[in-house]
Amino acid sequence: MKFTRREFVELSGACLVALSGRKVLAVFTGAKESEAASTGEATSTKKRLGMLIDTKKCLRAQNCTKCIEACDQAHNIPVFQNPAHQIKWIWEEPFDDLFSPAETQYLEKDRKDVLTPVLCNQCDEPPCVRVCPTGATWKREADGIVMMDWHRCIGCRYCMAACPYGSRSFNWVDPRTGLKTLNPDFPTRTQGVVEKCTFCAERLDKGQLPACVEACPEKAMVFGDLNDPQSEIRQLLASSYALRRRPELGTGPNVYYLI
Amino acid sequence: MRDRVWIVAGLLLFLAVITYPFWHGVEARATSQPPVLVLPAHEKECVAPISYMRTSHMKLLLDWRNSVVRNDQRKYVSYDGKVYDMSLTGTCMKCHEKKGFCDRCHEYAGVGTPYCWNCHVDPALAEVKRP
Repeated sequence: MKFTRREFVELSGACLVALSGRKVLAVFTGAKESEAASTGEATSTKKRLGMLIDTKKCLRAQNCTKCIEACDQAHNIPVFQNPAHQIKWIWEEPFDDLFSPAETQYLEKDRKDVLTPVLCNQCDEPPCVRVCPTGATWKREADGIVMMDWHRCIGCRYCMAACPYGSRSFNWVDPRTGLKTLNPDFPTRTQGVVEKCTFCAERLDKGQLPACVEACPEKAMVFGDLNDPQSEIRQLLASSYALRRRPELGTGPNVYYLI
Repeated sequence: MRDRVWIVAGLLLFLAVITYPFWHGVEARATSQPPVLVLPAHEKECVAPISYMRTSHMKLLLDWRNSVVRNDQRKYVSYDGKVYDMSLTGTCMKCHEKKGFCDRCHEYAGVGTPYCWNCHVDPALAEVKRP
Protein backbone atom coordinates (compact mmCIF):
# COMPACT_ATOMS: atom_id res chain seq x y z
CA MET A 1 0.00 0.00 0.00
CA LYS A 2 1.26 3.39 -0.95
CA PHE A 3 0.99 6.13 1.71
CA THR A 4 2.01 9.49 0.33
CA ARG A 5 3.30 12.38 2.34
CA ARG A 6 0.17 14.34 1.45
CA GLU A 7 -2.10 11.59 2.81
CA PHE A 8 -0.04 11.42 5.99
CA VAL A 9 -0.40 15.15 6.61
CA GLU A 10 -4.13 14.98 5.88
CA LEU A 11 -4.63 12.09 8.27
CA SER A 12 -2.61 13.81 11.02
CA GLY A 13 -4.72 16.91 10.64
CA ALA A 14 -7.92 14.88 10.86
CA CYS A 15 -6.67 13.20 14.04
CA LEU A 16 -5.88 16.57 15.62
CA VAL A 17 -9.34 17.90 14.76
CA ALA A 18 -10.94 14.78 16.22
CA LEU A 19 -8.95 15.11 19.44
CA SER A 20 -9.71 18.79 19.90
CA GLY A 21 -13.35 18.09 19.08
CA ARG A 22 -13.60 16.04 22.27
CA LYS A 23 -12.32 18.96 24.27
CA VAL A 24 -14.78 21.33 22.63
CA LEU A 25 -17.61 18.92 23.39
CA ALA A 26 -16.46 18.68 27.01
CA VAL A 27 -16.56 22.45 27.32
CA PHE A 28 -20.18 22.61 26.20
CA THR A 29 -21.52 19.54 28.01
CA GLY A 30 -19.24 18.82 30.95
CA ALA A 31 -18.52 22.34 32.15
CA LYS A 32 -21.92 22.88 33.70
CA GLU A 33 -21.76 19.55 35.52
CA SER A 34 -18.37 20.24 37.06
CA GLU A 35 -19.52 23.74 38.01
CA ALA A 36 -22.48 22.25 39.84
CA ALA A 37 -20.19 19.77 41.54
CA SER A 38 -17.83 22.44 42.79
CA THR A 39 -20.57 24.68 44.16
CA GLY A 40 -22.34 21.69 45.65
CA GLU A 41 -19.23 20.85 47.63
CA ALA A 42 -19.46 23.96 49.79
CA THR A 43 -22.93 23.07 51.01
CA SER A 44 -22.32 19.32 51.23
CA THR A 45 -22.19 17.36 54.47
CA LYS A 46 -18.42 17.09 54.30
CA LYS A 47 -16.67 18.08 57.48
CA ARG A 48 -14.08 20.78 57.81
CA LEU A 49 -12.37 20.24 61.12
CA GLY A 50 -10.99 23.25 62.89
CA MET A 51 -9.77 24.43 66.24
CA LEU A 52 -10.31 27.51 68.34
CA ILE A 53 -7.80 28.53 70.99
CA ASP A 54 -9.07 30.94 73.63
CA THR A 55 -5.91 32.85 74.51
CA LYS A 56 -7.53 34.48 77.56
CA LYS A 57 -8.31 31.11 79.09
CA CYS A 58 -4.91 29.81 78.03
CA LEU A 59 -3.23 32.74 79.81
CA ARG A 60 -4.97 31.90 83.07
CA ALA A 61 -2.77 28.86 83.50
CA GLN A 62 0.74 30.30 83.73
CA ASN A 63 3.55 28.13 82.35
CA CYS A 64 1.12 25.33 81.57
CA THR A 65 2.40 22.96 78.87
CA LYS A 66 -0.11 20.15 79.38
CA CYS A 67 -1.27 20.22 75.75
CA ILE A 68 2.30 19.82 74.52
CA GLU A 69 3.07 17.05 76.99
CA ALA A 70 -0.09 15.15 76.03
CA CYS A 71 0.79 15.41 72.35
CA ASP A 72 4.39 14.33 72.91
CA GLN A 73 3.18 11.32 74.87
CA ALA A 74 0.48 10.34 72.36
CA HIS A 75 2.67 10.60 69.28
CA ASN A 76 6.11 9.51 70.50
CA ILE A 77 7.63 12.92 69.90
CA PRO A 78 11.28 12.96 70.89
CA VAL A 79 12.97 15.66 72.95
CA PHE A 80 16.29 17.00 71.69
CA GLN A 81 18.27 19.84 73.22
CA ASN A 82 19.65 20.98 69.88
CA PRO A 83 17.00 23.40 68.53
CA ALA A 84 17.76 22.32 64.97
CA HIS A 85 16.77 18.75 65.81
CA GLN A 86 13.58 19.55 67.71
CA ILE A 87 10.32 17.99 66.59
CA LYS A 88 7.23 20.16 67.02
CA TRP A 89 3.60 19.23 66.53
CA ILE A 90 2.16 21.69 69.00
CA TRP A 91 4.51 24.21 70.54
CA GLU A 92 4.64 27.73 71.97
CA GLU A 93 5.46 30.99 70.22
CA PRO A 94 5.45 34.56 71.59
CA PHE A 95 2.06 36.09 70.88
CA ASP A 96 3.70 38.83 68.82
CA ASP A 97 5.11 36.32 66.35
CA LEU A 98 1.75 34.68 65.72
CA PHE A 99 0.09 37.55 63.94
CA SER A 100 1.42 40.25 61.67
CA PRO A 101 3.16 43.09 63.60
CA ALA A 102 0.61 45.71 62.53
CA GLU A 103 -1.99 44.14 64.76
CA THR A 104 0.16 44.06 67.87
CA GLN A 105 2.38 47.13 67.58
CA TYR A 106 0.84 49.00 70.58
CA LEU A 107 0.56 45.93 72.76
CA GLU A 108 2.44 45.97 76.06
CA LYS A 109 5.75 44.17 76.00
CA ASP A 110 4.75 41.46 78.47
CA ARG A 111 1.58 40.80 76.48
CA LYS A 112 3.61 40.54 73.30
CA ASP A 113 5.90 37.94 74.82
CA VAL A 114 3.15 35.73 76.19
CA LEU A 115 3.68 32.21 74.95
CA THR A 116 0.75 30.92 72.93
CA PRO A 117 0.23 27.39 71.59
CA VAL A 118 0.59 26.96 67.85
CA LEU A 119 0.07 23.92 65.69
CA CYS A 120 -0.53 22.96 62.06
CA ASN A 121 -3.37 25.09 60.69
CA GLN A 122 -4.78 22.27 58.53
CA CYS A 123 -5.13 24.82 55.71
CA ASP A 124 -7.87 24.84 53.12
CA GLU A 125 -5.24 25.43 50.43
CA PRO A 126 -2.19 23.77 51.98
CA PRO A 127 1.02 24.88 50.24
CA CYS A 128 2.82 21.85 51.67
CA VAL A 129 0.49 19.54 49.76
CA ARG A 130 1.02 21.44 46.53
CA VAL A 131 4.79 20.99 46.61
CA CYS A 132 5.02 17.40 47.89
CA PRO A 133 6.48 15.37 45.01
CA THR A 134 5.39 11.95 46.31
CA GLY A 135 1.90 12.52 47.64
CA ALA A 136 3.15 11.82 51.15
CA THR A 137 1.04 14.67 52.43
CA TRP A 138 -2.46 15.41 51.21
CA LYS A 139 -5.72 17.02 52.20
CA ARG A 140 -8.37 14.52 53.26
CA GLU A 141 -11.62 14.99 51.34
CA ALA A 142 -13.87 13.86 54.15
CA ASP A 143 -12.76 16.13 56.99
CA GLY A 144 -10.10 18.48 55.62
CA ILE A 145 -7.24 17.14 57.72
CA VAL A 146 -3.85 17.63 56.08
CA MET A 147 -2.54 14.09 56.54
CA MET A 148 0.94 12.63 56.43
CA ASP A 149 1.99 9.24 55.13
CA TRP A 150 5.41 8.61 56.61
CA HIS A 151 5.78 5.50 54.47
CA ARG A 152 5.90 7.72 51.42
CA CYS A 153 7.90 10.70 52.66
CA ILE A 154 11.32 10.86 51.03
CA GLY A 155 12.54 13.72 53.23
CA CYS A 156 13.02 16.32 50.49
CA ARG A 157 11.70 19.04 52.87
CA TYR A 158 9.92 21.00 50.10
CA CYS A 159 6.87 21.08 52.39
CA MET A 160 8.92 22.67 55.16
CA ALA A 161 10.01 25.41 52.79
CA ALA A 162 6.42 25.89 51.61
CA CYS A 163 4.72 26.04 55.02
CA PRO A 164 4.52 29.69 56.14
CA TYR A 165 3.80 28.65 59.74
CA GLY A 166 6.83 26.45 60.42
CA SER A 167 4.49 23.63 61.34
CA ARG A 168 6.70 20.89 59.97
CA SER A 169 9.77 19.27 61.50
CA PHE A 170 12.42 17.09 59.97
CA ASN A 171 13.96 14.09 61.68
CA TRP A 172 17.66 14.84 61.42
CA VAL A 173 18.47 12.08 63.91
CA ASP A 174 16.78 8.81 64.82
CA PRO A 175 13.82 9.95 66.96
CA ARG A 176 14.07 6.88 69.18
CA THR A 177 17.30 8.22 70.66
CA GLY A 178 15.31 11.17 72.04
CA LEU A 179 12.47 9.14 73.54
CA LYS A 180 12.36 8.08 77.15
CA THR A 181 9.01 6.31 76.87
CA LEU A 182 7.39 4.60 73.93
CA ASN A 183 3.67 4.55 73.21
CA PRO A 184 3.09 1.29 71.31
CA ASP A 185 -0.22 2.52 69.88
CA PHE A 186 1.48 5.09 67.67
CA PRO A 187 4.54 4.59 65.49
CA THR A 188 7.67 6.61 65.99
CA ARG A 189 9.10 8.13 62.85
CA THR A 190 12.36 7.23 61.24
CA GLN A 191 15.36 9.37 60.46
CA GLY A 192 14.90 11.38 57.27
CA VAL A 193 11.15 12.02 57.23
CA VAL A 194 9.11 15.16 57.88
CA GLU A 195 6.30 15.19 60.41
CA LYS A 196 3.59 17.47 61.72
CA CYS A 197 0.31 17.60 63.63
CA THR A 198 -2.52 15.59 62.05
CA PHE A 199 -5.32 16.77 64.39
CA CYS A 200 -4.99 13.34 66.04
CA ALA A 201 -6.62 11.57 63.09
CA GLU A 202 -6.09 8.22 64.85
CA ARG A 203 -7.91 9.42 67.97
CA LEU A 204 -10.78 10.97 65.99
CA ASP A 205 -11.37 7.55 64.41
CA LYS A 206 -11.94 6.15 67.89
CA GLY A 207 -14.35 8.96 68.70
CA GLN A 208 -11.89 10.78 70.95
CA LEU A 209 -10.90 14.43 70.88
CA PRO A 210 -7.35 15.47 69.95
CA ALA A 211 -4.93 14.82 72.81
CA CYS A 212 -4.14 18.52 73.36
CA VAL A 213 -7.83 19.49 73.54
CA GLU A 214 -8.49 16.72 76.04
CA ALA A 215 -5.49 17.63 78.19
CA CYS A 216 -6.16 21.37 78.46
CA PRO A 217 -7.12 22.08 82.11
CA GLU A 218 -8.67 25.45 81.20
CA LYS A 219 -10.72 24.04 78.31
CA ALA A 220 -9.12 26.78 76.23
CA MET A 221 -9.13 24.64 73.08
CA VAL A 222 -12.33 23.92 71.22
CA PHE A 223 -12.34 21.39 68.41
CA GLY A 224 -15.13 20.85 65.94
CA ASP A 225 -16.62 20.93 62.47
CA LEU A 226 -16.52 24.39 60.90
CA ASN A 227 -19.11 23.35 58.30
CA ASP A 228 -21.70 22.62 60.99
CA PRO A 229 -23.40 25.85 62.15
CA GLN A 230 -24.58 24.08 65.32
CA SER A 231 -21.12 23.03 66.45
CA GLU A 232 -19.59 24.63 69.55
CA ILE A 233 -16.73 26.09 67.56
CA ARG A 234 -19.09 27.78 65.12
CA GLN A 235 -21.21 29.16 67.95
CA LEU A 236 -18.11 30.67 69.55
CA LEU A 237 -16.89 32.07 66.24
CA ALA A 238 -20.31 33.59 65.61
CA SER A 239 -20.36 35.44 68.91
CA SER A 240 -16.76 36.64 69.23
CA TYR A 241 -13.96 38.08 67.16
CA ALA A 242 -11.24 35.60 66.30
CA LEU A 243 -7.94 35.81 64.47
CA ARG A 244 -6.25 33.37 62.18
CA ARG A 245 -2.55 33.25 61.47
CA ARG A 246 -1.65 35.10 58.27
CA PRO A 247 -4.87 34.50 56.33
CA GLU A 248 -3.66 37.09 53.79
CA LEU A 249 -1.43 34.38 52.31
CA GLY A 250 -4.50 32.60 51.00
CA THR A 251 -3.78 29.35 52.78
CA GLY A 252 -7.13 29.33 54.57
CA PRO A 253 -5.95 28.31 58.04
CA ASN A 254 -8.46 26.44 60.20
CA VAL A 255 -7.03 27.25 63.62
CA TYR A 256 -8.63 30.32 65.19
CA TYR A 257 -7.48 32.40 68.15
CA LEU A 258 -9.88 34.19 70.44
CA ILE A 259 -8.17 37.33 71.68
CA MET B 1 54.81 -43.86 42.37
CA ARG B 2 57.08 -41.44 44.17
CA ASP B 3 54.32 -38.78 44.06
CA ARG B 4 51.77 -40.96 45.87
CA VAL B 5 51.99 -38.86 49.05
CA TRP B 6 51.33 -35.64 47.19
CA ILE B 7 48.46 -37.10 45.20
CA VAL B 8 46.72 -38.50 48.28
CA ALA B 9 47.32 -35.30 50.22
CA GLY B 10 45.97 -33.25 47.31
CA LEU B 11 42.90 -35.46 47.03
CA LEU B 12 42.23 -35.16 50.77
CA LEU B 13 42.61 -31.40 50.63
CA PHE B 14 40.25 -31.27 47.66
CA LEU B 15 37.68 -33.39 49.51
CA ALA B 16 38.01 -31.25 52.62
CA VAL B 17 37.44 -28.04 50.66
CA ILE B 18 34.53 -29.33 48.62
CA THR B 19 32.72 -30.82 51.62
CA TYR B 20 33.41 -27.81 53.83
CA PRO B 21 29.88 -26.36 53.58
CA PHE B 22 28.44 -29.68 54.72
CA TRP B 23 30.75 -29.95 57.75
CA HIS B 24 30.20 -26.33 58.56
CA GLY B 25 26.45 -27.01 58.61
CA VAL B 26 26.90 -29.99 60.91
CA GLU B 27 29.10 -27.98 63.22
CA ALA B 28 26.58 -25.12 63.33
CA ARG B 29 23.77 -27.65 63.98
CA ALA B 30 21.90 -26.28 60.97
CA THR B 31 18.79 -28.16 59.96
CA SER B 32 16.47 -28.07 57.01
CA GLN B 33 13.53 -28.16 59.38
CA PRO B 34 11.67 -24.84 59.54
CA PRO B 35 11.61 -23.25 62.97
CA VAL B 36 8.81 -24.32 65.29
CA LEU B 37 7.03 -21.07 65.88
CA VAL B 38 5.39 -20.11 69.12
CA LEU B 39 1.69 -19.92 68.28
CA PRO B 40 -0.65 -17.78 70.33
CA ALA B 41 -2.33 -19.77 73.09
CA HIS B 42 -5.59 -17.88 73.35
CA GLU B 43 -6.38 -17.54 69.63
CA LYS B 44 -6.97 -20.32 67.10
CA GLU B 45 -7.75 -18.30 63.98
CA CYS B 46 -5.65 -15.74 62.15
CA VAL B 47 -7.12 -12.93 60.04
CA ALA B 48 -6.65 -15.12 56.95
CA PRO B 49 -6.00 -18.84 56.34
CA ILE B 50 -2.53 -19.94 57.44
CA SER B 51 -1.45 -20.86 53.91
CA TYR B 52 -2.30 -17.36 52.74
CA MET B 53 -0.61 -15.71 55.69
CA ARG B 54 2.51 -17.80 55.14
CA THR B 55 2.94 -16.71 51.55
CA SER B 56 1.27 -13.29 51.42
CA HIS B 57 1.28 -11.66 54.86
CA MET B 58 3.46 -8.90 53.44
CA LYS B 59 0.84 -8.06 50.83
CA LEU B 60 -1.88 -8.08 53.48
CA LEU B 61 0.15 -5.73 55.65
CA LEU B 62 0.74 -3.36 52.75
CA ASP B 63 -2.98 -3.42 51.92
CA TRP B 64 -3.81 -2.65 55.54
CA ARG B 65 -1.29 0.17 55.56
CA ASN B 66 -2.73 1.79 52.44
CA SER B 67 -6.26 1.32 53.67
CA VAL B 68 -5.65 2.92 57.06
CA VAL B 69 -3.29 5.71 56.09
CA ARG B 70 -4.58 6.69 52.68
CA ASN B 71 -8.29 5.83 52.88
CA ASP B 72 -9.00 6.07 56.60
CA GLN B 73 -10.61 2.61 56.59
CA ARG B 74 -9.58 0.77 59.74
CA LYS B 75 -11.89 -2.25 59.80
CA TYR B 76 -10.96 -5.51 58.09
CA VAL B 77 -13.53 -8.22 57.44
CA SER B 78 -11.78 -11.57 57.40
CA TYR B 79 -12.61 -14.63 55.32
CA ASP B 80 -14.78 -16.04 58.11
CA GLY B 81 -16.67 -12.80 58.59
CA LYS B 82 -14.90 -11.59 61.71
CA VAL B 83 -14.09 -7.90 61.91
CA TYR B 84 -10.58 -6.89 62.86
CA ASP B 85 -8.91 -3.58 63.49
CA MET B 86 -6.28 -3.05 60.80
CA SER B 87 -3.30 -2.51 63.05
CA LEU B 88 0.13 -4.11 63.15
CA THR B 89 0.78 -3.43 66.81
CA GLY B 90 -2.85 -3.56 67.88
CA THR B 91 -4.01 -6.72 66.09
CA CYS B 92 -1.01 -8.75 64.86
CA MET B 93 1.16 -8.15 67.89
CA LYS B 94 -1.67 -8.89 70.28
CA CYS B 95 -1.19 -12.58 69.40
CA HIS B 96 2.27 -12.82 67.89
CA GLU B 97 5.48 -11.59 69.33
CA LYS B 98 8.18 -10.08 67.16
CA LYS B 99 11.11 -12.00 68.55
CA GLY B 100 9.56 -15.46 68.74
CA PHE B 101 7.46 -15.27 65.61
CA CYS B 102 8.42 -12.66 63.01
CA ASP B 103 12.17 -12.65 63.57
CA ARG B 104 12.65 -16.42 63.80
CA CYS B 105 11.00 -17.17 60.50
CA HIS B 106 12.56 -14.19 58.77
CA GLU B 107 15.95 -15.32 59.98
CA TYR B 108 15.35 -18.87 58.76
CA ALA B 109 14.19 -17.62 55.37
CA GLY B 110 17.13 -15.23 55.19
CA VAL B 111 14.97 -12.19 54.44
CA GLY B 112 16.26 -10.04 57.30
CA THR B 113 14.23 -7.61 59.36
CA PRO B 114 11.75 -5.54 57.36
CA TYR B 115 11.77 -1.78 57.92
CA CYS B 116 8.33 -1.89 59.60
CA TRP B 117 10.13 -1.85 62.91
CA ASN B 118 12.07 1.32 62.17
CA CYS B 119 8.88 3.16 63.15
CA HIS B 120 6.25 0.74 64.43
CA VAL B 121 6.82 -0.09 68.05
CA ASP B 122 7.30 -3.68 69.15
CA PRO B 123 5.04 -3.84 72.25
CA ALA B 124 7.73 -5.87 74.04
CA LEU B 125 10.13 -2.96 73.54
CA ALA B 126 7.50 -0.50 74.71
CA GLU B 127 7.17 -2.48 77.94
CA VAL B 128 10.80 -1.79 78.67
CA LYS B 129 10.53 1.93 77.91
CA ARG B 130 7.11 2.46 79.49
CA PRO B 131 6.84 5.41 81.91
